[in-house]
Amino acid sequence: MFEDITVSNGSGMNGNGARVPVAPRPAIEFRNVDLAFDDQVILSDVSFCVGRGETRFVLGGSGTGKSTVIKLILGLIKPDAGKIFVEGEDITEFDDVELMRIRKKIGMVFQEGALFDSLSVYENVAYRLHEAGVDEDEVEHEVRRMLQFVDLEDAIDKMPIELSGGMRRRVGIARALVGDPNIVLFDEPTAGLDPPTARTICELAIKLRDIEDVSSIFVTHEMNNLDYISSEYAVIDREGKVQYEFAGETYCLLNTKVMMLLKGDIWFTGRGEELKASQDNYIRKFINGK
Amino acid sequence: MNPLKHFLLELQEVTGLLWRVLKGLRKRPRYFAEMIQQMDQVGVGSLGIVVLTGFFTGGVLILQAYPTLQYYGAQSNAGQGVATSLIRELGPVLTALMVAGRVGSSISAELGSMVVSQQIEAMRALGTSPARKLVTPRLVALLVCLPLLTIAADFFGLLGGGIVANQIYGLDTNVYISSVRTGTDINALITGVIKPIFFGLIIGLVSCHKGLTTKGGTVGVGVSTTQAVVISSICIIISDFFLSKVLQSLMGTTLF
Repeated sequence: MFEDITVSNGSGMNGNGARVPVAPRPAIEFRNVDLAFDDQVILSDVSFCVGRGETRFVLGGSGTGKSTVIKLILGLIKPDAGKIFVEGEDITEFDDVELMRIRKKIGMVFQEGALFDSLSVYENVAYRLHEAGVDEDEVEHEVRRMLQFVDLEDAIDKMPIELSGGMRRRVGIARALVGDPNIVLFDEPTAGLDPPTARTICELAIKLRDIEDVSSIFVTHEMNNLDYISSEYAVIDREGKVQYEFAGETYCLLNTKVMMLLKGDIWFTGRGEELKASQDNYIRKFINGK
Repeated sequence: MNPLKHFLLELQEVTGLLWRVLKGLRKRPRYFAEMIQQMDQVGVGSLGIVVLTGFFTGGVLILQAYPTLQYYGAQSNAGQGVATSLIRELGPVLTALMVAGRVGSSISAELGSMVVSQQIEAMRALGTSPARKLVTPRLVALLVCLPLLTIAADFFGLLGGGIVANQIYGLDTNVYISSVRTGTDINALITGVIKPIFFGLIIGLVSCHKGLTTKGGTVGVGVSTTQAVVISSICIIISDFFLSKVLQSLMGTTLF
């Protein structure tokens, strides 16, 4: 098994009172988290950190606790033991009011988009702003900006029922990005999509990581998601358009890591290349399907 | 899980939901627009079935009771009997049962569908409390509209009774109205308005709780909808007995 490196929350002062370099505060940190439902262990002593601007893949088969990680970060369920930090704040003992404040800093993209059926695309994307009582002109400007980001401005007046699966997820991403959250959580965003649409969703995740400097957790069991996101990066060309280019290994080392869960434990942590080179039986089976 | 433990657990969850709703009422946003929208759906939307139920219940009461009253020479008291039974008991209970069937099922199905399609989780993730955004407006709408719907059912019940008494049995309209006024004392009116407030609370809490705790996909939505209607209806009928007893003790017995 592999150990994850924990980023320190150092005070910035050494014993003599002199300033020392401080490691940046991680966006998300799990410290010795345990969780079980009745007799079924979901997570056992799980510790990991997601740094600022980092994309953390959470891989694993069905029922290995991938989506549970996301629910724990949002405070939708509480761990039995251990601590969870979001931008340095320990959310483990937070009450509903404090959790609502934390949730407003996080964007969440659900598996099927989870759009509100009774609201139009505009109202779905504007949901957070309407709740906050923001002026309608400002709301419209922000909604259009977000829909441009996911390339769906034409669908602004449509109802969710009129959208395809891929469009629903892109609207879900636009809704998650309103308010420019520093953290975005993806819960199997490409499940059930055709390869070109899945690729579009991955491009959005790359764009968020490289252009918006967003920290994200990307829960998936699809290896091609990992291939795209850990091997390419986004840049803005001279005409202001986003281009995707293949990266070298050093680039991927910086901002994309993979974590694999099995039976409540972190089975693997490292880079995508390391995962593919691993000779571990479970990992080989997960990658090759046999 | 044994049934008593299960019941106590459900009761705890429903009480917790009510507590979150009450706590949420103190803070902004208060979702007035949603409340008005729900009042339209609960109140205006249920008016037709409630009026029909009241009208024909009043009619059938006279239809069945008049011959017996006539046998004892007490047919002039027919209106009094309809007024007392309708305003104190049948109006509130039948209205609540109709609303439990129509609105309770709809609330449970809507919230249940939102649960299985992850919309409730999305709402939480977007920093909104589903108790405040979804439960409070529905509960407030039921608390406001059910007493009003009951009054409508009572009125049309008395009207139905009057039409049957006059058209089928030839009872003079003035005699009927005078008899109704004798049976309509202030205690009966207060009882008839207090009961629907409790029934509204039962329908709202049970339906919202069942909807929000839906498990098992679309099949689960069906199960929670059925449970919401059945449990609401049973709770209405059982609580009606105890409410009647308490209100009787507080305000005195009926004339009969």
